[in-house]
Amino acid sequence: MDYVTQLQKQLVDYTASLFHEKFLDEQFNQLQQLQDESNPDFVVEVVSLFFEDSERLLNELGKVLEQQIIDYRKVDAHVHQLKGSSSRFSLGTRFFHGSIGAQRVQSVCITFRNYCEEKNIEGCLKCLQQVKHEYSLVKSKLDTLFKLEKQLVAAGGSIPTYVV
Amino acid sequence: MSQNGIGNSVGSGPSALALDPATTYKITALVVDDDAVTGMIHRRLLDSLGVKNEVVRNGKEAINVHRSGNPFDLILMDMEMPVMNGIEATRELRRMGIRSMIAGVSSCSGDREKQEFMEAGLDDFQEKPLTATKLVSILHKLNKKD
Repeated sequence: MDYVTQLQKQLVDYTASLFHEKFLDEQFNQLQQLQDESNPDFVVEVVSLFFEDSERLLNELGKVLEQQIIDYRKVDAHVHQLKGSSSRFSLGTRFFHGSIGAQRVQSVCITFRNYCEEKNIEGCLKCLQQVKHEYSLVKSKLDTLFKLEKQLVAAGGSIPTYVV
Repeated sequence: MSQNGIGNSVGSGPSALALDPATTYKITALVVDDDAVTGMIHRRLLDSLGVKNEVVRNGKEAINVHRSGNPFDLILMDMEMPVMNGIEATRELRRMGIRSMIAGVSSCSGDREKQEFMEAGLDDFQEKPLTATKLVSILHKLNKKD
């Protein structure tokens, strides 16, 4: 197997695993379809923007939850925004639509918003931690994916799309 | 091209989705959305179909853009936005006499809200995220409208 084919296989296998584990879904394919010679970095740009926005939102959420008197409407609004932002982009599936395995019954987002309604600070903080953890997990998976793509392109190969 | 038959190569693009480029190049669109990621994706979707487009961040900006220039053939209107939301903006645009096709695009799928949004004057409604297929169906509707 030559080097390019090897890299390509590595990339395909890794992408497949991300789809399998629901880190990515069909929407990611849609994004890749929008990438071409005149927009060669589209996917990376969108993903980077998504992470910047999400990080800002998560930091704001953290700040609101640190206040002496917590404005739960603000918390709820931020969670709603986070949910919306992640569902507009393929990363939503795992985060908020909760379809990992048979065990997960409720998505983190719904749980989070329930805690908001109950004004349950402990619950909210726990959910925030969960979201932050999931978020950094997805980010590291995608960083790896993009690194593999870069390696492949640098070696003269082209990026295939994984058909779900 | 793909080396191993897994799938189409990157960039085969939605232009393959049977829309006549001669028609789409004449269409203009306005994207109204407060989320930068969504704006970026919708903008790129429209670009890839040859539709000239602009992006504004909320309903108020959408109104202002109409006050100062030509109307658009198509408006992609998000529902929840700061300053002025999609429902208010749609109502106002219709009140101003704007006859453009307005497609509501929203991640909130509550029936009551969707109903209110439609009643504000939408021609179409699509769940976020917008895909090439959904956009093409909107553009087909636009062609039929004229």
